[in-house]
Amino acid sequence: MSVTYIDAIREAQEKLLHDDERVFIYGQDIGTFGGAFKATKGLAARYPGRVFDSPISEDAMIGLAVGAAIEGMRPIVEIQFADFASIAFNQIVNQAATHFFRTGVPVPLTVRLPSGGTPGSGPFHSQSVEGTFAHYPGLIVVTPATVSDAYHMLIDSVAISDPVVYCEHKFLYRWLKAKSINGDHLPIGQARIARAGKHATVVAYSAMVHEAIRAADRLQHDGWEIEVVDLRSVKPIDLDTVLASVARTGRLLAVGEAFPWGGVTAEIVSLVSEHGFNLLDAPPQRLNSRDTPVPYHPKLWASHRPTPESICDALRHLLRF
Amino acid sequence: MLVARLLEAKLASLYKAGRIVGGVHLGRGQEAVSAALGTALLRGVDVFCPLIRDQAGRTAFGEPLLDCTRTYLGSVEGPMRGRDGNVHRGRPLEGMPAMISHLGAQISLVAGMLLARRLKGRLQGTVGATCVGDGATSTGAFHEAFNQAAVEKLPLVLVVANNQFAYSTPTSRQYAAGDLVERAAGYGVRGWSVDGTDLLACASVMREAVRLARAGDGPQMVVAHMLRLCGHGEHDDAFYVPDSARAGHYGRDCLEVAIRQLVEKQVATVDEIVAWRDQATDDVQRAVAQAQQESPPDPFREDWASISTRFPISQ
Repeated sequence: MSVTYIDAIREAQEKLLHDDERVFIYGQDIGTFGGAFKATKGLAARYPGRVFDSPISEDAMIGLAVGAAIEGMRPIVEIQFADFASIAFNQIVNQAATHFFRTGVPVPLTVRLPSGGTPGSGPFHSQSVEGTFAHYPGLIVVTPATVSDAYHMLIDSVAISDPVVYCEHKFLYRWLKAKSINGDHLPIGQARIARAGKHATVVAYSAMVHEAIRAADRLQHDGWEIEVVDLRSVKPIDLDTVLASVARTGRLLAVGEAFPWGGVTAEIVSLVSEHGFNLLDAPPQRLNSRDTPVPYHPKLWASHRPTPESICDALRHLLRF
Repeated sequence: MLVARLLEAKLASLYKAGRIVGGVHLGRGQEAVSAALGTALLRGVDVFCPLIRDQAGRTAFGEPLLDCTRTYLGSVEGPMRGRDGNVHRGRPLEGMPAMISHLGAQISLVAGMLLARRLKGRLQGTVGATCVGDGATSTGAFHEAFNQAAVEKLPLVLVVANNQFAYSTPTSRQYAAGDLVERAAGYGVRGWSVDGTDLLACASVMREAVRLARAGDGPQMVVAHMLRLCGHGEHDDAFYVPDSARAGHYGRDCLEVAIRQLVEKQVATVDEIVAWRDQATDDVQRAVAQAQQESPPDPFREDWASISTRFPISQ
C-alpha cells in the first residue's frame, strides 16, 4: 500500500474534521464533488454542513473565513488554483495578515493553494505565489515537499493560531508516493536535510526538492556530493539549518519554481550573503523559472521551470569557482 | 446622534490644531441612519461592523467614547494601541470588528462571524450589521460578499448610506441604476429605501429590517439617502458638491430634523435636549482630556510581532 501526496492532504483534512469541531472546509466544488483534485472526496457526506461549496468569490471566501476564525473556528479554505488567490489577495494580505497586529486577536485561518506547474496547465493554472504572500507581515507560508509533510504540516497549519498559506504542489499530488504517511514530523519553521552532501548546498522547497535530489544523484556519478536542504516553510525561513549546511559545503544554490524577480530564492541568497558571507567559497547562485508567464505546451513548460538538467548546469557552474 | 456630532466636532478641531495625525472623516449628515442602526442592535448579542461615518452607530451600539478618543489620539491604552488609528478600530471579540480601508471587505467578514455562530449552533436570535457608502457598492468585494450572504441566508443587515459622493465622485459616475435598492432583487434579498435625513423613518426601517433578519428572513439591504454634510475628510472642503444639492431635500441636517421630531412628538422638551447636549459636551471633553494625558506607544517597548506564534516551535 502506498500513500500519495493528495491522499495525505485528504487524510489530514479528515482527521482535522474528526478531531476538532471548530474545523470546517470552504471552497469551490469541494462539497459533493470532492474538489477539483479530490482533496475533499467523501468529506461532505461524512461531515455534513462542515464541508461546503462557495460561490466563485475568492475575496468573499477568505473574508468569511477570517470572520469565522475571529469567532473561534478553524477554517480551511481551498482556493481551487493558487493562481486564483490573486482575487483573494486583499482579504489575505490586508484583512487576515494585519488582524493580529492591529487588534491583538489572532486569525487561525488556513488557506490551501494548489500551486505550481503541471504539463499543459498554462499561464493561469500553474503559478507559484509563495513568495508574494511571504512578503507580507502576518502570514506563515509553508511548502510541503513530502507525503508526510503534506499530512503533518496541514494538521500543524490548522493548529497554528495565525493565518497560514499552505502551498501544496499539484505535480506532487499523484506522482509522489510514500509507503506511509508517518515521517519525522518536524515542526513548521524547521528545515530538513533532504540529502546529505559536502561539496555544495542546494536550498529548495516544494516540488523543486525532488528535482534537486535528481540533479544531486546525477552529479554523484561525477564524484560530487550535493547537500539538498528542504526549506519546508518559506516563512519563517530556518536560516540556522541553511547556514549550517553552507558552513559544511561553502557553496549555495537556491532553487525555486516561482518567477525569478525577488521571491524565496532571492531571500535565501540575501540572508546567506548577509549572515554567512564568510562561509562562502563561491558567489551564491539562484535558479528560478524563466521570466515569462508559465507556458502551455509541455515542451515549453519543461524548459520554463528548473529541471534536473538546469540544476546540474547551475551546480557545475557553482562548483567551478 | 448628538454625542457623535459633538465628538466629531471636537475631533475636527483637534485635527486642525495638529493634535490628530492621519485624517479625520466625519459622519455629519449620516447620524440618523447610523444611530438608528446602532440602537436597533443588541450589544453583547449582535455583530456590528461600522464603517467610516458611523460614530453615531458606534456610540449607540455601546462603544465607549474613550475607544474613539484613544485611537484618534494614539493612546497606548486604546484598543488599537497606536498600531492603527481613527476609524480603524474595534473590539472583534465583542462583536465589533475593526474595519480595513478596502471598501466592501467587511461584508464577508461579518458573514463569516455569523456563519461561525451557525456552525456552533448559536446563531438563533443573532444579527450582523455593517455599513457601506454608495462608492463601495461598485467594488467586487461588495458583490461577492452580499451574494454569498444571500446564498447562505445569513441574518445580515447591510446598510448602504448613499450620500451622493464617494470622496468627490458623484453617483452619476458610480452606477447607472436608479435607486441602489433595486439591486436587492438581484441578490434575492429584501430591500429597503429610506430618507436618511428622517430619524423616525430610519428608526422604523432599521428596527423592522433587524427584526426580520433576526427572525430568519435572510439578508436585508437598507439604502438610505442623504447628502454628506462635510468633506470626505477634514482635509477636503467639498467644493465639488453643487449648491443645488446642498439646498435640496437631502441637504437638510438630520440632527435638526431629529430635534424637531422629538419636540413635536413630545418625546423630549427643548430643555431636555439642551441638557443632553451639555452632558454630551462634558462626556466628550472628559474622553478627550483623558486620552490626551495617556502615554503614546513606545517603539522601544513595542514587541513588533505580526503573528501570535513564536518560532521556533519546539518539536
